[in-house]
Amino acid sequence: MSTLEIVIISLIKIVIIVSVMLVSVAYLVYFERKISAWAQNRIGPNRVGWHGALQPFADLFKLVLKEDIVPDSADRKIHALAPIVALLVALSTYAVIPFGPDLEIGGYNISLVVADVNIGVLFILALTSLGVYAVTLAGWSSGSKYSLLGGIRASAQMISYEVSMGFSVAGVLLLSESLRPVAIVESQSGWMWNVIVQPIGFITFLVSAFAETNRLPFDLPEAEPELVGGFHTEYSSMKFAGFFLAEYANMIIASAFIVTLYLGGWQIPYLEKLGLSPILVTILSVGAFLLKMAALLFFFLWVRWSLPRFRYDQLMNLGWKVMFPLSLINIVWVAALIMIFG
Amino acid sequence: METTTKRRRIKDLNFWEKIYIPEIVKGLTLTLKTMFKPKFTMEYPEVRFDPSGSYRGRPVLVQEENGVERCVACGLCSRVCPALAIEVQAAETELEKERYPEKFEINMLRCIFCGFCEEVCPEEAIVMSKDYELAFSNREDAIYGKDKLFVPVKELQDRIDFLRQYK
Repeated sequence: MSTLEIVIISLIKIVIIVSVMLVSVAYLVYFERKISAWAQNRIGPNRVGWHGALQPFADLFKLVLKEDIVPDSADRKIHALAPIVALLVALSTYAVIPFGPDLEIGGYNISLVVADVNIGVLFILALTSLGVYAVTLAGWSSGSKYSLLGGIRASAQMISYEVSMGFSVAGVLLLSESLRPVAIVESQSGWMWNVIVQPIGFITFLVSAFAETNRLPFDLPEAEPELVGGFHTEYSSMKFAGFFLAEYANMIIASAFIVTLYLGGWQIPYLEKLGLSPILVTILSVGAFLLKMAALLFFFLWVRWSLPRFRYDQLMNLGWKVMFPLSLINIVWVAALIMIFG
Repeated sequence: METTTKRRRIKDLNFWEKIYIPEIVKGLTLTLKTMFKPKFTMEYPEVRFDPSGSYRGRPVLVQEENGVERCVACGLCSRVCPALAIEVQAAETELEKERYPEKFEINMLRCIFCGFCEEVCPEEAIVMSKDYELAFSNREDAIYGKDKLFVPVKELQDRIDFLRQYK
């Protein structure tokens, strides 16, 4: 393939992924409202469009029309920068997550990942750490005590849970012997999914992912009853929408990342034994990937409407005294497995 | 001293509660079950709530079948009203009851739906209706005069039966 072809193919992949991502963010918001309603014996949005299907667009339209208010005491530049950083991080992280096996179209061998980089996992961890800056800068630049408290909580929480997140990932990397997401997926062939091989690592990673995305039961940075809106108290209009979109985009990334690391990515066990045509296999694989992601996203929403919020000291206790040792135990467990089974 | 420290407090969790996961699973199954239960929501403009006789909606004046109101303008309701929402002006009439309200106004912005007016009324002339759809676009519209307050006795039978039974 020439350079031009590579650029064109990459651009097409980027456009498809970003648009699919934005639409799925919109519908994630819709399903959040629906599931919250169902969990509380309500019906949920059902006025705009078929069963309320156009509700997210109505919400967005409302946010666009709202006045953009910046507090007098805010640092205007950083105040405007924070949601941009949040969105940038949320949208660019997806670049390295593979959503299907290689595809052959018209002589081209296209891998279904925007950037198949060798350090993919490191890239994701680095970018999600950058996401902490968005929240912290937002809290700090708003010039409001609630925002500041939210920002401080966010940085403390995300840094604490990043430790156990990193150590859980280390367990996966020991098995796959590569930081390349595609290689990680391929190392989980058959039923050798990491969720089965290292269940403790899966649990610690899942909990850390909840904490990293600021979802309940770990949404202390925005804890409404105590901090008004936390770090986004002083945000309105499209800047608020930026944080809102970033939160849901982060959920999508977190579930895609969990699928890649622990649930075998796009793989369906023993699919290759059925002897289907390559195109059908690709479609089924992408479908399996999306299905796994959808199940995890449902889990995210489901947990939010079931569990109460942790207290701050409980959150820190859980992070440092439970999740961190558990993730270390997981590494020892994986190392022992490698030693025994080679 | 030792017994107090060893005694288990109610808020202390046991081992299974401390590892969270069984409790989380319990909570999750509860919400999952709830998701498939029938919904409580009444889709308002299409489906309307039909209250029973015990419901205290907008206070109205009872109008007999011949079109005359029961009210004798004694002014007790106006006196008892804690929100000072009712204004009555009496006048004489040729009928047997001798007095009738020349002007009867209830300010629905002040009314608190306590039902004291109905309780104090000696003639069973003012009762709480089932009407809960109260919306106005300006303050003048919120003052209900006789035209809006008179309701035929047939429509209020539920409430009158309720009052006779329990008042």
